Amino acid sequence: MQIDIKEVEEVCKTLYVQALKMLPADIKAGFKQLVRDETSATGRTILDTMVENIAVAERTNNILCQDTGIPIYNVTVGRDVQFEGADLKAAIRRGCERATTECSLRSSVVHPITRKNNQTSSGIRVPIIHVDFDERPETMSIEMIPKGSGSENGSFLQMLLPSDGIKAVKRFVIERVIDLGGRVCPPTIVGVGLGGTSDLCMHLAKIAATRPLGSTCSDEEGAKIEAELSQAVNELGIGPQGLGGRSTSFAVHVEVAATHITQNPVAVNIQCHSARRARATITPGGITFSA
Amino acid sequence: MAHHTLEMPITPEKARELRIGDTVTLERTLYGIRDATLIHMFDRGRRTRLDLKGHAVIHTAPNVHRVPISNEAPVGYKPFCIGTTTSMRMERFTHDLMQREGVRLIIGKGGMGPDTLAAFKEFGGAYLAIVGGAAALETTWIDCIEDIDMDDLHPESLWRFAIHGFGPLLVGMDSHGGSLYSDIQQGVASRREAVLKSIGAM
Repeated sequence: MQIDIKEVEEVCKTLYVQALKMLPADIKAGFKQLVRDETSATGRTILDTMVENIAVAERTNNILCQDTGIPIYNVTVGRDVQFEGADLKAAIRRGCERATTECSLRSSVVHPITRKNNQTSSGIRVPIIHVDFDERPETMSIEMIPKGSGSENGSFLQMLLPSDGIKAVKRFVIERVIDLGGRVCPPTIVGVGLGGTSDLCMHLAKIAATRPLGSTCSDEEGAKIEAELSQAVNELGIGPQGLGGRSTSFAVHVEVAATHITQNPVAVNIQCHSARRARATITPGGITFSA
Repeated sequence: MAHHTLEMPITPEKARELRIGDTVTLERTLYGIRDATLIHMFDRGRRTRLDLKGHAVIHTAPNVHRVPISNEAPVGYKPFCIGTTTSMRMERFTHDLMQREGVRLIIGKGGMGPDTLAAFKEFGGAYLAIVGGAAALETTWIDCIEDIDMDDLHPESLWRFAIHGFGPLLVGMDSHGGSLYSDIQQGVASRREAVLKSIGAM
């Protein structure tokens, strides 16, 4: 299958806007569950407002949250897919820029030193583009994540020692969630990376934070820890917006990688309740959009 | 727990009537401000021609459409999606914002810290919690963008919004030393040990 680069540009433009407007079905279902379980009156009122906001955004064709985020595009390339890599990256960037300028999205991206905003949601190394490969024949999927920054500021890495064990890993996660309180726009998805190098560990935390609700860690040991932590964070009483209640998080997600004999790295990356993402799948049959 | 409808601007005395747990709806005028605006105003000495005295500021940087100037868009901007950012980053500016500019109320998400609480006590003010991320809903409470200053910082300009029925907002911090956030944090701290024990992390 030969990829049409112009089509990729259009897809990447559409994905950014779609991600900002439509919350994925798993997150909506997650809200229903939290509303059912919430015991605090304030917490319940706040959750109801969040659910109302989803309906208002759909009814008024508006974006859900004013934070257009840092744009991230995750490309997964299957077998027998042909394209020029450099052209693909340029097309993704143009799609992201056009979404911003043509749809009057707020550009939330600035130079880290001068703080200059190009008003295009793009800059040095942004949009962030990840490329991975899988076994699917003649398939390319592009996932777009506008990563909101209230929650992105809730990012931490600790190179723990092997002798600290998994006990210290769990304590690190709980303590960071406590420190962050309402700042990261709870209810959240707490993304946890375990293992790897420092950079991979942080990346794992991001994969975990942006994984659909209901999915579990593919590693059995990682899955056990995420089940345990998912229950524990909702016993803390932080609640929606940090104003009290059960619903601190939809879930804690864990992703793991092998690590060095001297290392025990743990990373935390938070996803706020506006857990937006959109996906396009390109096959010889055409393009389908989903969350 | 009282509900207050406030026609902005308000006096310090009026602000002191607000107590944590009360709810508030704002009418008439609201200013938008955030990181870069505050950095320029207080770290770099820039002054604004807009009069913030007695007013509420919301921590925001909106999505707007550029449109021809009209009665509905007096400065050529139409609201598209206006929401709220995390307040705590702007903690160190509250005192000066109240002292120099006369700001009375801060609207934001996630709460603020002890310096802000002290400033509310000194000058008469309150923090009103809005639901973060509920920007599409919030936008329906905004009629138009009446004025703008420091637009070279766009979107982190200083915005003046005309509003109606802006709320209900929850009084999260008041001028009597009350903070719902501190209360919740104390409760969380008291549960910390039991939670860590339950997962073998003590």
